[in-house]
Amino acid sequence: MLKNRSLIDPNDFTREEFREIFDLGHQIIADPAKFSKSCEGKILATLFYEPSTRTRLSFETAMLRLGGQVIGFSEAASSSTAKGESIADTLRTVECYADIAAMRHPKEGAPRLASHYIHMPLINAGDGGHQHPTQTLTDILTIERLRGNVENKTYGFCGDLKFGRTVHSLVKFLSNYEGVKFIFISPEELRVPEYIREEVVRKKGIPFQEVDQMEPYMGQLDFLYMTRVQRERFFNEEDYIRLKDRFILDKEKMSYARPDTYILHPLPRVNEISTEVDDDPRAQYFQQAKNGMYVRMALILKLLGIY
Amino acid sequence: MLEITSIEKGIVIDHITAGYGIQVFNYLNLDKADYNVALICNAYSQKMGKKDIIKINNVIDINYDFLGLIDPNATVNIIEDGKTIKKVKLEVPDRVENIIRCKNPRCVTSVEHYFPHVFHLVDKEKRSYRCEYCDDIVVPYPVK
Repeated sequence: MLKNRSLIDPNDFTREEFREIFDLGHQIIADPAKFSKSCEGKILATLFYEPSTRTRLSFETAMLRLGGQVIGFSEAASSSTAKGESIADTLRTVECYADIAAMRHPKEGAPRLASHYIHMPLINAGDGGHQHPTQTLTDILTIERLRGNVENKTYGFCGDLKFGRTVHSLVKFLSNYEGVKFIFISPEELRVPEYIREEVVRKKGIPFQEVDQMEPYMGQLDFLYMTRVQRERFFNEEDYIRLKDRFILDKEKMSYARPDTYILHPLPRVNEISTEVDDDPRAQYFQQAKNGMYVRMALILKLLGIY
Repeated sequence: MLEITSIEKGIVIDHITAGYGIQVFNYLNLDKADYNVALICNAYSQKMGKKDIIKINNVIDINYDFLGLIDPNATVNIIEDGKTIKKVKLEVPDRVENIIRCKNPRCVTSVEHYFPHVFHLVDKEKRSYRCEYCDDIVVPYPVK
């Protein structure tokens, strides 16, 4: 039963509960009009303490396409945070006005903290370099539409795996499924955090490699998940400049990939995927963004107990 | 030979890993005690080689989670009439609240200060813990 629950971390729901969300997501894609009045009279609050394009717009569009309404703010400066209000107080206030909230915050763990102070469902829309579970829903729906299921596949993750919250959430999620293998491609400084490597991957006995080259491994992958090196996560600009162009996926590197290897990216992209790759049918990142709206529609419906 | 006499009524925390006695002493605020306390460092131990001991000539509340976190092999003896009436077996706690603080500068605990700092046990052997909020892993009191 997902009604009134919060999604803060990919381990908050069981496999069966996620299955309900994905099944509903596929139903919405098949017939979106059927759901166009499902959330009439309901209000979603989008509380974005950090800039966002896709996630905020897809949450807001999802609610509008369900017939609901949206309130919120898109930067901390335009909320009472600028006056020194705590996260707990802001959320308790928002709870007076909205039925459900999606929250993005630059500090890791902020949505978990907020969830302790409210009773309405709260969705983590990204917390610092930590987790981004609804991007994972987007990724999984996309993987299912391309290859049927997530099991028995090799996933490559490339770029900033240290601060890449989408990577952390997706690895956590996939680690609960049989037959998955991971190849982590990154500079040494941007490898996955210890809690992901040791407590999620190694503890579950999942085969994985940590490498610093892309080409030799392209042929092994079912999916390559590219990520941006995120300037906003670095305390030191020099480190960012040194690392940002380390892995760039272009046509030449794509020639090493199999015909059925799909390229995913949570977006926004800077230059880590050359635009010449966009026309390749294996490049699925814009379709992925579209799926994000559908799966967020499904999540909202489930957490509000409407479906 | 240093001699510290036995106590009539109180608590003896024995077999503390050498070096951690001062941390237990400070956590229990024993420097402010108005009763007799003794902190013995590097005492000889047949089993451990060296150990720390704390003798408290009073019955006080002790946070056993904290003691288990620092050193689960320490023993707590409750003394009455000069005799041990109870031995408390310590365990590495599964969850600790407001004992460890998260040092990750990106963690929400670095900017909001009105809620408990909670950590969950990750590895009993290494005595490593995970921050409830940011998942950062710490080993607050490494096994010596």
